[in-house]
Amino acid sequence: MLGGMTATETRVVVVGGGMAGHRVAQQAAGRGREVLLLGEEEHRPYNRVLLAEVLAGRFPAEVAALAALPDRVERRTARVVRIDRAERRVLCDDGSAVGYGDLVLATGSNPVLPALRGLFDDRLTGRERHRLPDGVFAFRTMADCADVDAYLPEVRQAVVVGGGLLGVSAARALAARGVSVVLAHQGEHLMERHLDEEAARLLAGHLAELGVEVHTECRVRSVLTDGGRRVTGVELADGFRLEAQLLVVAVGVRPRTNLAEAAGLTVRRGVVVDDRLTTDDPHIHAVGDCAEHRGVLYGLAGPALAQADVLARVLGGEDAAYPGSRLLTRLTLNGGSPLDLAAFGVTAPAGPADRVVRLADASRGTYRKVIVRRDEQGGDRLVGGVLLGDLDTVGTIAGTWEGDEALSAHPLHLLTTQSSTTGGPSR
Amino acid sequence: MSDATETHCPYCALQCGMGLRPADGPVPVTVVERPAFPVNQGALCGKGASAAAVLAPGARLTSPLVRVDGELRPASWPQALDRIAAGLAGTAERYGRDAVGVFGGGGLTNEKAYALGKFARVVLGTSAIDYNGRFCMSSAAAGGIRAFGVDRGLPFPVADIPRAGCVILVGGNPAETMPPFVRYLRELKENGGRLIVVDPRRTRTAELADLHLAPRPGTDLALALGMLHLVVADGRTDEEFIAQRTTGWPETRDAAMAHWPEHVEAVTGVPLPQLREAVRLFCGAPTGMVLTARGPEQQAKGTDTVSAWINLCLATGNAGRPYAGYGCLTGQGNGQGGREHGQKADQLPGYRKLDDPAARAHVAAVWGVDPDSLPGPGRSAYELLESLGGEVRALLLMGSNPVVSAPSSTRIAERLGSLDFLAVSDVVLSETAELADVVLPVTQWAEETGTMTNLEGRVVLRRKAVDPPEGVRSDLEVLRALAERLGRPEGFPTEPEEVFEELRRASAGGAADYAGISYPRIAAEDGVFWPCPEPDHPGTPRLFLDRFATPDGRARFTAVQHRPAAEEPDTDYPLRLTTGRVLAQYQSGAQTRRVEALNQAAPGAFVELHPVLAERLGVREGDRVAVVSRRGRTVTPARLTAAIRPDTVFMPFHWPGEANANRHTNPALDPVSRMPEFKACAVRVEAAD
Repeated sequence: MLGGMTATETRVVVVGGGMAGHRVAQQAAGRGREVLLLGEEEHRPYNRVLLAEVLAGRFPAEVAALAALPDRVERRTARVVRIDRAERRVLCDDGSAVGYGDLVLATGSNPVLPALRGLFDDRLTGRERHRLPDGVFAFRTMADCADVDAYLPEVRQAVVVGGGLLGVSAARALAARGVSVVLAHQGEHLMERHLDEEAARLLAGHLAELGVEVHTECRVRSVLTDGGRRVTGVELADGFRLEAQLLVVAVGVRPRTNLAEAAGLTVRRGVVVDDRLTTDDPHIHAVGDCAEHRGVLYGLAGPALAQADVLARVLGGEDAAYPGSRLLTRLTLNGGSPLDLAAFGVTAPAGPADRVVRLADASRGTYRKVIVRRDEQGGDRLVGGVLLGDLDTVGTIAGTWEGDEALSAHPLHLLTTQSSTTGGPSR
Repeated sequence: MSDATETHCPYCALQCGMGLRPADGPVPVTVVERPAFPVNQGALCGKGASAAAVLAPGARLTSPLVRVDGELRPASWPQALDRIAAGLAGTAERYGRDAVGVFGGGGLTNEKAYALGKFARVVLGTSAIDYNGRFCMSSAAAGGIRAFGVDRGLPFPVADIPRAGCVILVGGNPAETMPPFVRYLRELKENGGRLIVVDPRRTRTAELADLHLAPRPGTDLALALGMLHLVVADGRTDEEFIAQRTTGWPETRDAAMAHWPEHVEAVTGVPLPQLREAVRLFCGAPTGMVLTARGPEQQAKGTDTVSAWINLCLATGNAGRPYAGYGCLTGQGNGQGGREHGQKADQLPGYRKLDDPAARAHVAAVWGVDPDSLPGPGRSAYELLESLGGEVRALLLMGSNPVVSAPSSTRIAERLGSLDFLAVSDVVLSETAELADVVLPVTQWAEETGTMTNLEGRVVLRRKAVDPPEGVRSDLEVLRALAERLGRPEGFPTEPEEVFEELRRASAGGAADYAGISYPRIAAEDGVFWPCPEPDHPGTPRLFLDRFATPDGRARFTAVQHRPAAEEPDTDYPLRLTTGRVLAQYQSGAQTRRVEALNQAAPGAFVELHPVLAERLGVREGDRVAVVSRRGRTVTPARLTAAIRPDTVFMPFHWPGEANANRHTNPALDPVSRMPEFKACAVRVEAAD
């Protein structure tokens, strides 16, 4: 064995008690590995996907808790400060050291905080400087959710900064609590990574019905606070001021990679892993939001679970590989009549080889679009699309997108179940 | 009707009542209606109506066959029986008692199933006995026991179904497999109830539904979890019922919440709005029922899948009260009774457990043997078949055709071929009988009397209407004759009623208690529902109204989570294959493929493809195409239909040889029920030549 080290250590140490870490721990234990899970958060692990539902008051926080881990998994609350690869151990902020046979980094991501004037208190230094004003929250953890919840009784108006998936979800949740919400989005339209202008316009219309006022091309310049550093509103780039007792910042996330970086592992945007979810150290693995696989940072729960399952099989000695995920981005706005939205791939044609097929029904508020690209063999391939308000074909679309196969029939069958009865072109 | 013998159909678990009237001609009886029998009220499907054709002389065996110089040749009964006794005894002597195996069937009467189990344990002293019901009902049985403490297909009479508010039928196609049952679904709709059908194909049954959900094969578990998630999220749980009549809810709720709707949509391919609509229909109705069939059950996670659907019922208070609950649509004619009386590897009569000392003592006393002489639990069906030629070297097989019906059937045919000795008792020369050293021609249906227990747990009486042809004996006579030759003649009566009287005593006090049921009562009462512990007990049409059959009387939630099929599609095998049935054929086809009218209606196997898939593969309607899996290859004509998912192909499994869908079936087993994964495996489709 490896002389002098904790060479007899065979257990799996998982850093991070979020969904990915929880799942690796559960599945690896199910495959006979002894697991130690090191998490920073005191409370039970929860399903992050359900945060907006908890905030919206659809069900209490404990309902979003993840299932208890099997007995084989030991759980400890600790913050890991360093990886000692030579000794194969991690050092924690309480001074303890924990040896590992396999180390799994499931450290997730942190919210990105934009450079808004007044967001940080420049009179202070160190950690204190980064303390947000009262009433300003990121929307990333159950703790954030609880903090927002506790603050809500004093709130009449809220501003959400960021019109991506997370910002839209947060805005809808706040509106469901009876708060009037302004969603301030810097881009030309909502969710521009996923949606074209028309879909975004329909989404904004639906949000308006739920009580969310959407402002696009709207840059927030500063956070306004009172003498006690409580938020009172925001000032926009054009000088206009919006009153708000609550500000939610949801402009994006950044993978937490500092442990990996400090340990000398390859880190690009995330911790780089191969198809076995393993870093360039064969004893160190990474899954979930912190991991970068084939150049992709997913930042979504579905792929995180898929990665965790593959890694658990690898840790169990199986020959498993993660091929990547080709999932649709899904958004559900619950309310009186729920709005469903699915989007994937490119949002607009890239050139003459791309063909757009659209079905829009203004009276029903539905919009369906696919973009197909002619490849060198003359076959059509699905490269992007959106379904809004009518998801009848979402299963077919998801399967086609996932399989990435040449389409054999007119793309219309991807947009309506009616056409599927006639199938492919007649012969 | 007066001159007709009142009996039941020879086929499925509905056990429709019918009359058999003597007729002149090659077929000795005519099937006539028996409108007074409540389950089918006279209605019959094409299989039932044409059932008398299996009695035609040409269709069946009338002489024992013994293999001589590699060929099966007619022989006398004594010769054939001597050969079997020598084959079984010789193997036991040489390799030990467990080297002799017994394989039964869910079509056997209660009396035969009981006698076969007793024969294995008492005469052969082997633990190696199981039956084809393992491929049929075992997941539903395991899931039912786990939740309710007892396994009876339906805890209510079929007549209750139209009085439910909403019925979810998961992976069942009664319009083709059990047509007279469909009247209950139609009545349900006439009464204003809602029907939801879950099936990867838009079957004739799905056509009847208010809502059809078409998940990918092998994802019914995720679908059920997704529905439960929405039930919780929308606050539609029945907290009072959960608190008073169940245990284990918190863990089950946690597991369901980990399956959020958009994730379930990605796994199943069922659009979330449809999932939401299903929950709205199910929870919006005054009462709800979930009925599962082989679709969700015949999976390597079949038991957990059943549990997930039961959990949905329990969380919404839909169990243990009238017009609500979970049930399964049993398949084989005596699929229910056949799993209660001891032909299962781990079981003794009355649904007793073979590893329970009290159960052993009770049954041993009825049998007049020392409890310690009873062998312990043996291997499950697939594992038993898999061990043929290895640990098990001689096999007695009754009422089953595993060459067609077992998973990875090519391999199982090889295993059967590698036995030192195989004896088959059957009505016809089935594909499995063709491999035997000795084949015994036995009585069937209209030629014999015995009880069957239908999908409701109703014990019914099959009556003899005609004398068997010369040269044919009953299975009970076979067992008696073999017991005599193997040195234990007592305890094997050949009169069915006498066997039933002993079965009553053996089952007394067990979960499936028949003690109070008698032939006269069955005749007088149109069947009696078990449990029926005393002669003056009315029987139990509805279970669980006061308490569940668990030690504390509460139903048990089981926390389950979704997992992929044992074999998921990949680059080499990119499609999912699922298998099933067609209207005009039954099981391995051993009976129905010998009926001309049925063969004309359904002459052979085929593979169903969606037109979009067919276009991509360059396949046209009627083209002969090969379906290729890791376990085998079949060649059948292509049938194009938009009623199937484009990522899935379907084959019916009734035919042998290169059309045999079960060549592909993955023998990955459910960890609890030992059910193989019939309903989902990975294949590719290519041109046949």
